[in-house]
Amino acid sequence: MLKVDNLKKSFGAFQAVKGISFEVKKGEVLGFLGPNGAGKSTTMRMITGFIPPTSGTAVIDGHDIIQDPVGAKGALGYLPEAAPSYRSMTVTDFLTFIAKVRGFEGRAAKEKVDAVLQKARLTNVARQTIDTLSKGYRQRTCFAQAILHDPKVLIMDEPTDGLDPNQKFVVREMIKEMSAEKAIIISTHILEEVDAVCSRAIVIAGGEIKADGTPEKLRGMDPSGKLDVVFRTLTMDKEAK
Amino acid sequence: MSFSKVKTVFGREFKSYFDSPVAYVFLVAFLVLAGFLTFGVAMFYERRQADLTPFFFWHPWMYLLLVPAATMGLWAEERRNGTIELLLTLPITLGEALVGKFLAAWAFIGIGLALTFPVVCTAAWLGSPDLGAVFCGYVGSFLLAGAATAIGVFASSLSRSQVIGFVIALATTFLLLIIGFDPVVGAVANWGVPGGIVNAVASCSLLTHFDAMRRGVIDFADIGYYVGVMVFMLAAAQVVTDSRKAS
Repeated sequence: MLKVDNLKKSFGAFQAVKGISFEVKKGEVLGFLGPNGAGKSTTMRMITGFIPPTSGTAVIDGHDIIQDPVGAKGALGYLPEAAPSYRSMTVTDFLTFIAKVRGFEGRAAKEKVDAVLQKARLTNVARQTIDTLSKGYRQRTCFAQAILHDPKVLIMDEPTDGLDPNQKFVVREMIKEMSAEKAIIISTHILEEVDAVCSRAIVIAGGEIKADGTPEKLRGMDPSGKLDVVFRTLTMDKEAK
Repeated sequence: MSFSKVKTVFGREFKSYFDSPVAYVFLVAFLVLAGFLTFGVAMFYERRQADLTPFFFWHPWMYLLLVPAATMGLWAEERRNGTIELLLTLPITLGEALVGKFLAAWAFIGIGLALTFPVVCTAAWLGSPDLGAVFCGYVGSFLLAGAATAIGVFASSLSRSQVIGFVIALATTFLLLIIGFDPVVGAVANWGVPGGIVNAVASCSLLTHFDAMRRGVIDFADIGYYVGVMVFMLAAAQVVTDSRKAS
């Protein structure tokens, strides 16, 4: 459902992403792991069409991000880092705006918004201004806009960052509920997330893929069987160079 | 370009003006300024003429101050709050987002302009102004506001700081006004600059093209000029936003 083909990105002389390729199939939850500055967000921003790749491409449900950016964006749900939203709007108004941009009008838009309010457990704050909500609710509001149109591919940049344990639990439950029907990528530097929701993980450092496999396979790469040790071995030496 | 997507962006942006008291402060400032300049400074009553020349005379200078205030946040806010990443990863082109925002700001200023109708009523009550000329004046003023808005949209795309957006819009609009301002044009001509050059520069001014319209003459060349400024500024804003959106 999502195919990333040799994506590269340079900012001036600095090569942030040095050729990344992978595929995500329906039903897979791919954890995108790496230290800060590894190129995770840059890769996601290229896949979602926010910044153009220097070379390479990605295909989202048959839509090439370079040839057909609007089609690709239509098949995609994206939760950017820090979950931005229009703070002066109410939750319902904000989601209605997203629904309209995504091509739902009138009654169809209202139905989509009502359904997603339920799914993201936002019904009791639906009429509140986003500015007045707690961080957990704001996160879920942005999460709601990402899944409103029931996208086939869902990309989330650090979806549980800064949330308390209960809020994290809720977000992870929502991800699990949807995982069977979608191809999902979650970028994170929180290793417990991998065990909690991911069926597969890619470790990225210095703009390159260092490992790709199930959480069990990654654990097997070190005799200790600990994910954080494996993560360190894969990513630390690169940074020290 | 999809009309419905432009309309959706327009609707959100337009409504967002009224989400905060800023919109009302803006509109009141606009109307107070329009009233004061027309009746106080330009001596509307003392002229004993039922026309709106003194009213329209001040419009460019009002826009100079107020349009940048209305446009400074259009892109700067999106970038500061990170919502630009949300907006531009929706199935919408940058052009649609840009045009929607521009039209929202223009319509907002249009509301301010429309609310000046009591000035027309006053003139109509006191005498019989040429309503055709009044209409032309309003059309010209609205086009001028559109050009200033497009400049503001461009300025807002340059930085994530609203203050910088405001100052750049103000400076650019000021420059485009002053090169056609009669005292300045006269002074430059007196320095011995060839008349052809002076006129060529003055013909690029926002002010020059407004002059005929505020007197009641609509020329396609003037309309073309304003539309040209809008298209050019929006195209520039598109290039800038596209290259700087992630920074």
